[in-house]
Amino acid sequence: MRTAKPRTIALWTLVALVGAAGWTVLALSRDEEVSAAWMVAAALGSYAIAYRFYAKFIAYKVLKVDRTRATPAERLNNGIDFHPTDRRVLLGHHFAAIAGAGPLVGPVLAAQMGYLPGTIWIIAGVIFAGAVQDMVVLFFSTRRDGRSLGQMARDEIGPFGGAAALLAAFAIMIILLAVLALVIVNALAESPWGTFSIGMTIPIALLMGFYLRVLRPGRVVEVSLIGVALLLLALVAGRWVAESSWAGTFTLAPATLVVWLVAYGFIASILPVWMLLAPRDYLSTFMKIGTIVLLALGVVIALPTLKMDAVTDFASRGDGPVFAGSLFPFAFITIACGALSGFHALISSGTTPKMIQKETQVRMIGYGSMLMESSVAVMALIAASIIDPGLYFAMNAPAGVIGTTVENASQVVSGWGYQISPQDLAQAAKSVEEASLLSRTGGAPTLAVGVSEIFSRVTGGGLKAFWYHFAIMFEALFILTALDAGTRVGRFMLQDMLGNVYRPFRNVSWKPGLVLTSALVCGLWGYFLWVGVHEPLGGINQLFPIFGISNQLLAAVALAVCTTLLVKSGRLKWAWITGIPLAWDAAVTLTASWQKVFSSDPKVGFFEQRRVFQDAIDRGEVLPPAKSMDDMHTVVTNSTVDGVLSAVLALLVVVVIADAARVCVRHVRRPALSSLSEAPYVESGIVAPAGLFATKEEKEEARHAVGAEPRV
Amino acid sequence: MRSALSRAYRGVCWYLRELTGESAYDRYVTHVRRQHPDAEVPSRRDFERMRTERQEKDPRQGFRCC
Repeated sequence: MRTAKPRTIALWTLVALVGAAGWTVLALSRDEEVSAAWMVAAALGSYAIAYRFYAKFIAYKVLKVDRTRATPAERLNNGIDFHPTDRRVLLGHHFAAIAGAGPLVGPVLAAQMGYLPGTIWIIAGVIFAGAVQDMVVLFFSTRRDGRSLGQMARDEIGPFGGAAALLAAFAIMIILLAVLALVIVNALAESPWGTFSIGMTIPIALLMGFYLRVLRPGRVVEVSLIGVALLLLALVAGRWVAESSWAGTFTLAPATLVVWLVAYGFIASILPVWMLLAPRDYLSTFMKIGTIVLLALGVVIALPTLKMDAVTDFASRGDGPVFAGSLFPFAFITIACGALSGFHALISSGTTPKMIQKETQVRMIGYGSMLMESSVAVMALIAASIIDPGLYFAMNAPAGVIGTTVENASQVVSGWGYQISPQDLAQAAKSVEEASLLSRTGGAPTLAVGVSEIFSRVTGGGLKAFWYHFAIMFEALFILTALDAGTRVGRFMLQDMLGNVYRPFRNVSWKPGLVLTSALVCGLWGYFLWVGVHEPLGGINQLFPIFGISNQLLAAVALAVCTTLLVKSGRLKWAWITGIPLAWDAAVTLTASWQKVFSSDPKVGFFEQRRVFQDAIDRGEVLPPAKSMDDMHTVVTNSTVDGVLSAVLALLVVVVIADAARVCVRHVRRPALSSLSEAPYVESGIVAPAGLFATKEEKEEARHAVGAEPRV
Repeated sequence: MRSALSRAYRGVCWYLRELTGESAYDRYVTHVRRQHPDAEVPSRRDFERMRTERQEKDPRQGFRCC
């Protein structure tokens, strides 16, 4: 039996104690302000233990990663998309690809139930579900030459389940784009500073694109530095514009912004990649990693105290203003990215497996990156919980609930038990140089207020407005990139589907098909965005749950594929590794879908909502928060569409899970019938460490091999 | 001290070049020279064009998540 060194035992005991101390303080503190340091301790302690023990167990005992087996990057090396990449570089790559607006928005919205439920779910969810999903998908896709999730579903489950998975992925993409766009609209509406600086990112990206295409091809680092400098200039200039006579030009109503965004999405997605998408992506990656590092430093240096309650009354009553529904299941779908995100399966199968050097590195890349994303979600939750809860609710409740004046908002929010005076609400807006902060739903403005609070504590109080707009720009930047890239991916899926009906669509470069499918995709998400902006009940309130459900349903698809693969590859006794997360995820999301469709509470159930408003229309009444008969009809139409959508998504995923279960049962009964499309074993010639730091044995091994490890 | 600083600086530069894909061309040239010694090596300009065209054909390459 292997024995551990006393030093190792002492070290891991210490780590466990730090984590346990964090959890204890978080769990036992009531009615007193807790330092965010305890949340950080609980998170980091738990991550370290999970990574060291659980992830290692899965990698070596369950997946049986084989360091002698060549990865697709080595076997199919073409010097472009297939090439063995240094693990530290790939970690950065993979992390930049999975972390976006999601882990920043969800936790902020879920803070309405208090910081404790969110913290528990983010940390436990990532350890047992999210990071496991990312790692297992990455492993299986690596064993299959980097096949996509959709292809794996088709190959391993069957054409029927595969088609359902594909259709679900497309629908989910549309909802994702609409909700992300809605977050941007809510952050930029009536804000000349924000609108100007975000608008400027377009000419900056065009300039960078031109530089890379014509002047100095491939010099990404220097052009990114130029871009970041220009971006900061645009941010500072935004204040001048907001104070000048141009302010009116950049003060846009939400409806106007919708038109601009849809037009932007359409034009950007048919322009060549080099012009806008690629340079914008460099810019947003730099900003993303830079800001996340800054935020982590800020939280550790400032160590703010949490002002939000640990658990609010909304958690049990289920009548919260940010989103309706009780803690189970709605807290678990509101926080998707950061705990468990189906979208990561699309990254873990596709780009990353074509670049991974060694199978042994799936733990560091798949599990490790997801832990990093989870820590971003924890920081977002901290940022939302350190601001005055009264301000938090005034910013996140729809205008239909709290009205449009600070007096009214103060009164309503105080009625919920969170005292804040009208003067304080006005002062909060003034300190970040915005006209108003009321009903700035969507999470981004709240996060920006929290971030500006943390940063200005480190840099001195004067820069609050600058940091607020910095945070808005940081989020808007990569949401705009996601709109462009997501429209392209949606179009690609649509071209593929339509190609079955009319052949020329298959040719992705066929111009008429390209323009038509781009317009269709933009039209679809544009419709939901339009609906979200004009929704009398509050767009985020109505649409975010569907977004959360759809993201978690995609995770269910990914986990179903993983479980099927575990069973089919002779790992039946370990199938619970992804089977339990799948069962939990299916329970959460199908309960949420069920409630969204059938609940008799009109705040939660779409069809009940429809019935209540339709009855009122028949009686000729106008129900608040609707203000006119037009509003009433809008509510009826929207609830119908949302209800049908929730039902269809849930059905698609039930089909995938049922089909996967059928394949698993068949395999257990008659293994001879199933086929496994794994790439055959080829011996690896590369020597590379598995983890971030090379162990003594790995260094020894590298010394014997020739030129395998790129030198730093 | 100085050598440690310059090593750290070189490390950061290496990391940034690798992460942003700036080193993609050098890697490709090495790959072509080693695997296909007779094949012609494209210019940097042509190589970067080819790379963005590939991304255009399959937008799932380099896709970013929510």
